[in-house]
Amino acid sequence: MNNYLLIPSLPLAAFLINILLGRDFLKEKAHWTSILAVAGSWVVAVMTLVDVYGGGRVNEDLYTWISSGGFKVSVGFLIDPLTAVMLIVVTTCATLIHIYAVGYMHGDKGYYRFFAYLSLFTFCMLMLVMANNFLQLYFGWEGVGLCSYFLIGFWFDKKSAADAGKKAFIVNRFGDFGFGLGVIMIFLTFGTLDYTPVFGQVGGFALNTVNFLGYDVHLMTLIALLLFCGSIGKSAQMPLHVWLPDAMEGPTPVSALIHAATMVTAGVFLVARCNPIFSLSETALIVVALIGAITSLFAATIAIVQNDIKRIIAYSTLSHLGLMFLACGVGAYAAGIFHLYTHAFFKALLFLAAGSVIHAVHTNDIQKMGGLRKYMPVTYAVFFLAALSAGGVPGFAGFFSKDEIIWLAYASHSPVGKFVWIIGTIVAFFTPFYSFRLIFLTFHGKFRGTHEEEHHLHESPKVMTIPLMLLAIGAVAAGWVGIPHLLGGGANFAEFLKPVVGHPEAHGTHAEEWAVMGISVLIGFAGIGLAALFYLYRPELPVRVGQMFSGIYKVLYNKYYVDELYSFIIVRPTIWIAKNILIGITDARIIEAIVNGVPNAIGVFSQGLRRIQTGFLQHYATIMAAGVLIIVALMLLR
Amino acid sequence: MPIAMPDLRPVMPEIIMTVLALSILMADLLIKRKETVAFLSIISVGVVAYALAGSMGTTFNGMFVSDGYSMFFKLIFILNVILTVLISVKYIVIERVNFGEYYSLILFSTLGMMIMASAGDLIVLYLGLELMALSTYILAGFIRYDIKSNEAAMKYFLLGAFASAFLLYGTSMIYGLTGTTDLKAISAYIVKNGLASNPILMLSMILFAVAFSFKIAAVPFHMWAPDAYEGAPTSITAFMSVGPKAAGFAVLGRVFMIAFGTVKIEWAGILIPIAILTMGVGNIVALSQTNIKRMLAYSSIAHAGYMLLGIIAGTGEGMSSVLNYMLIYAFMNIGAFAVVIMLRSEGFKGDSISDYEGLAKTHPMAAALMLVFMFSLTGIPPTAGFMGKFYVFMSAIHAGYTWLVIIAVIFSAISAYFYLRIVMYMYMKEPKEAVQLTTSPAIGLALAITVTAVLFIGILPSIFVNFARAAVAGF
Repeated sequence: MNNYLLIPSLPLAAFLINILLGRDFLKEKAHWTSILAVAGSWVVAVMTLVDVYGGGRVNEDLYTWISSGGFKVSVGFLIDPLTAVMLIVVTTCATLIHIYAVGYMHGDKGYYRFFAYLSLFTFCMLMLVMANNFLQLYFGWEGVGLCSYFLIGFWFDKKSAADAGKKAFIVNRFGDFGFGLGVIMIFLTFGTLDYTPVFGQVGGFALNTVNFLGYDVHLMTLIALLLFCGSIGKSAQMPLHVWLPDAMEGPTPVSALIHAATMVTAGVFLVARCNPIFSLSETALIVVALIGAITSLFAATIAIVQNDIKRIIAYSTLSHLGLMFLACGVGAYAAGIFHLYTHAFFKALLFLAAGSVIHAVHTNDIQKMGGLRKYMPVTYAVFFLAALSAGGVPGFAGFFSKDEIIWLAYASHSPVGKFVWIIGTIVAFFTPFYSFRLIFLTFHGKFRGTHEEEHHLHESPKVMTIPLMLLAIGAVAAGWVGIPHLLGGGANFAEFLKPVVGHPEAHGTHAEEWAVMGISVLIGFAGIGLAALFYLYRPELPVRVGQMFSGIYKVLYNKYYVDELYSFIIVRPTIWIAKNILIGITDARIIEAIVNGVPNAIGVFSQGLRRIQTGFLQHYATIMAAGVLIIVALMLLR
Repeated sequence: MPIAMPDLRPVMPEIIMTVLALSILMADLLIKRKETVAFLSIISVGVVAYALAGSMGTTFNGMFVSDGYSMFFKLIFILNVILTVLISVKYIVIERVNFGEYYSLILFSTLGMMIMASAGDLIVLYLGLELMALSTYILAGFIRYDIKSNEAAMKYFLLGAFASAFLLYGTSMIYGLTGTTDLKAISAYIVKNGLASNPILMLSMILFAVAFSFKIAAVPFHMWAPDAYEGAPTSITAFMSVGPKAAGFAVLGRVFMIAFGTVKIEWAGILIPIAILTMGVGNIVALSQTNIKRMLAYSSIAHAGYMLLGIIAGTGEGMSSVLNYMLIYAFMNIGAFAVVIMLRSEGFKGDSISDYEGLAKTHPMAAALMLVFMFSLTGIPPTAGFMGKFYVFMSAIHAGYTWLVIIAVIFSAISAYFYLRIVMYMYMKEPKEAVQLTTSPAIGLALAITVTAVLFIGILPSIFVNFARAAVAGF
């Protein structure tokens, strides 16, 4: 356990080496530093997991920068089961995706820069999950956000990519503002930012209220909701989900690592980490559950009509993140983290496989693909497995975690438990439907591109397919560590996390549990069946359905017009205010006046004061004497 | 009548210093190479530093106190000597004043400072103060053929005499009031007789505040500083901006915290307007300077203002933050002066701010060093200057002076203008003429020490903060 410090330091070292030496010395060999570093982190992370499984824990401050009263800025690490799971998720995905990127980014002019940022991201993400205090969590949180900005806009000479990077950054500002306030509220309440004392004392504040904007608000609800603001932004939940689909402008390995497996799940991690706070506020939990459920359904419905291969997967990510929040909202934190863990494998795999497809056909539009299975058998196979896992087909990783969420939602105490269970079940229909729509349109049927394009179709190189195959193992088998008691397993995953996040009481009989599982499985197969009918056997059907419900189709195709709505109520008014009021009046007349006026005034004042320094000794002595007299006078007048 | 031999261990470092300084003065007659004298003086303070370790205790009936507090200041003085000597070796050759007594005067002045830091009695304090001041007057006028240097010495001397008069006046009043010059006895007398609001006590506190303000160059008793700093040899300007200022703070802290410790509210009322004026005038007048030595003079005035906040806080935390600040200030200020000295070469003054234009293109290393020192003087993390300010301001806030800290932060923001202007000149302007750098291994060593310390304290402050806390623990 003593070597755990290597986990974040190796990627940091790789970043420094690549950014300093990459351009002139490493060039197209830059990936070696990063891959070796991240793989090293993975090895140490596995060793750490074994230690934690054996009961080992770490909670220590390594370095304190500032300490004054209760305020402390320090670097400290907490390693418990929750951290250990996150470490495995982050380092495993990061390692495989780093390797995959060697093939995907081959020949790019920013090759070394790509690997440098990717390693920096890995470092920040690891600092985020390993923190033992809120300030370091915040540092990691902003760090991953910054890297996300760099990498979405990696091809910054393309305007849409640069815009998408900006959008992600700005939308996240909204959430992070709330998160920052939450951290400040925690400091004001507890006088410290370390997890242990905060979570230890939290029970004593369970009934406190605080005056917020003139209303008496339940303190824990306020803190929990402010923290959740950060989650909404980072995990792209409604209403701040708009940045994630656009973030697909980044290179595909980035989408897989940052926008599927790790960074976007930081919001779920935050809620799970702060479960002692959330558990004290029923209101906050309801909000978490509802936002998760609504986002899940909302994104799933959009995904069924999109044509951009990466955007479909991005909406799928939104939907699955929603499910994770749904789980946390009904108190099933372990189930949420379990889904986070299985999702990381099958979603990273979906993205990388999609990247492999894009690598071959040079387009993102699935309407221009088709019949790729005979050209790219490996990609086809892994894609199929990932879709089965995502769709919750029994036996695959995604099944176990999704089933646990749906069952615990049904069986929970939460007043919205039954409602979110229904939504979760509906989503269980859409998920396999859009996943298999994607597969059938991409890999089955006839190729719909030009003959010239068909000539160039090829399977991706080994450096890309081997990571795919390894991830496929995870997508199939990762869930086997959490087979529920009902199916003869030990629910080991939840048991492992129990010391950190507790375990919700499930209220229901075995019969009910069988029924809930049965319904969602059947409904999932119905989704696959419908997709097969629509896109394999009766391809004219979807067109007719689309015409029949053209209104709904248009709304879904245009993503419920949320982007247009935001453009209308936020972006355009903001730009108008910025142009006409801020630049025209505030900037020109007020800020300029202050910014130029104050220094000018100080400058004039300075010149005046300077003249007192005449150089004449008599003046100096006089001023000293006058100074004494003035102080005496001041003291007498007191 | 049998005469009991006083315990000499507490005063042993000072005795050693006296002997070694006198020996160096005489050895100078025999040694032709003055670099050897410089080397010997560094060895001397090294020996003194070694002797410091076993010197804890009080002697001469409490007139001389060697405790953690005095020890911390003595280490700053020794550091000041080492760095000053390192930056002097080549410089005084260029100024054509390469005489050996330069080094022994530095040692005598430092001896005075050490006595001040250990003074448990007002008479001892005065003794140390005059020894320090007289030696520094001579050093300020050391370039004897240069009118400006003479002017600096003369102004410093006359005004210094004026300030000494205030100190003696205050001492005599307190003696008249309490019948003693012993700091602890004064405090006891004030408590015993309930003198808290006695006007004579008040007046004498004002006189002490004035005399010490002169030494730390606080406004309006700072008038000597810009002229003396500009005219004095640059190495001595560096020396003066740290040593006498630190000694001034040492006695200010000890006299006000020990002798007048029971009437804190009263003297805080005297020091607050001085602190505000010092920060204000120091920072604002620095804006319109064109000579870098004058600018650094006003900067050093402003820093005294920040440090006064720690004294005004009147707590152990405040005192330890002042100690910490003083140490950091020693490193960053001498570092900045070392760069200034490098620009001085045969026939080129190099002390105008415009001489720094485009330095980053012609001498990137020197520019980078100056950048670090300017950032640190401004107080930008992760340099040490930020840490110094942080802890001083924090102690003032904990003592309830939040409004005063707000003023200090505003002035500190103003200071960014003139510090960063140097950075802007170095990095964003084109070089006008080729500036020759005068380098030597000695000055290189001084720069290496200072820049390492500035960055190290900025990144790992806790060692030094804890050290300063321990130093005032026995106060």
